[in-house]
Amino acid sequence: MANSAAQPIEKVSIVISHGSLEGVYPGLIMANGARMEGIEASLFFTFFGLDAIIKKRMNNLKVATVGNPGMHMPTLLGALPGMSAFATSMMKKEIEKIDIPPVAEFLTMIHDSGCEIYACRATVDMFHLKPGDFCSEVDAVISVGQFYEKAAGGQIIFT
Amino acid sequence: MGTINILGKQLAVDADGNLVNLSDWNEEIARELAIQDGIPVLTPQHWAVVNFMRKVFEQDGDAPSIRRLTKESGVDTKTLYQLFPKGPAKRAAKIAGLPKPKACI
Repeated sequence: MANSAAQPIEKVSIVISHGSLEGVYPGLIMANGARMEGIEASLFFTFFGLDAIIKKRMNNLKVATVGNPGMHMPTLLGALPGMSAFATSMMKKEIEKIDIPPVAEFLTMIHDSGCEIYACRATVDMFHLKPGDFCSEVDAVISVGQFYEKAAGGQIIFT
Repeated sequence: MGTINILGKQLAVDADGNLVNLSDWNEEIARELAIQDGIPVLTPQHWAVVNFMRKVFEQDGDAPSIRRLTKESGVDTKTLYQLFPKGPAKRAAKIAGLPKPKACI
């Protein structure tokens, strides 16, 4: 094991399972960062993570202000109307400042860098989604089994 | 910190193998750095990226992100990865005689 720690990472498969803004960006940043380091990368969107690749929703992801201890905000305050929208617009501004693109643009960039993008079959069936619901960057809808086949020989990162 | 031998000169490089002194760089050195990094010929598109990186570094003190390269260098993401396979920003920075970009994107 001591030797394997020094082995450079050659391939990552990143799972994005949350649909909030703060749930989606870390996986996108890690996928893009992998490609920039010459690491093979793929993205697998599951459950509410699918919102990030659904055309109508991808640019309207919100920051969770309720049930999110990281916001350091009392639950009742976070539940006030407009609070999530406010927190989202603040975070989007900060994200733009450090040159991180909006979700749709980021997905195009990541896909253009050679990262494959997949949607989870089970979730697609559960939510009755159709191929036309997804952005054009989605390469295929695949099962968990196919995901593991594609991830073979690399690291799996679940977010 | 070490040195590399380029065109008969010993030049200081950092831990990533990038030139330490901006003043050591010129176009001839860039061509040689590219060859040593596995890019045998620098095409006009390579130069567009390299020159853009140097321009941004002079302005901002850091090499541009891949996003900024995509939006402003005139070369799109796909082409960037074709020109500089396995990491356009860091490889273009090396050839441009700049430190590896610090940003995550």
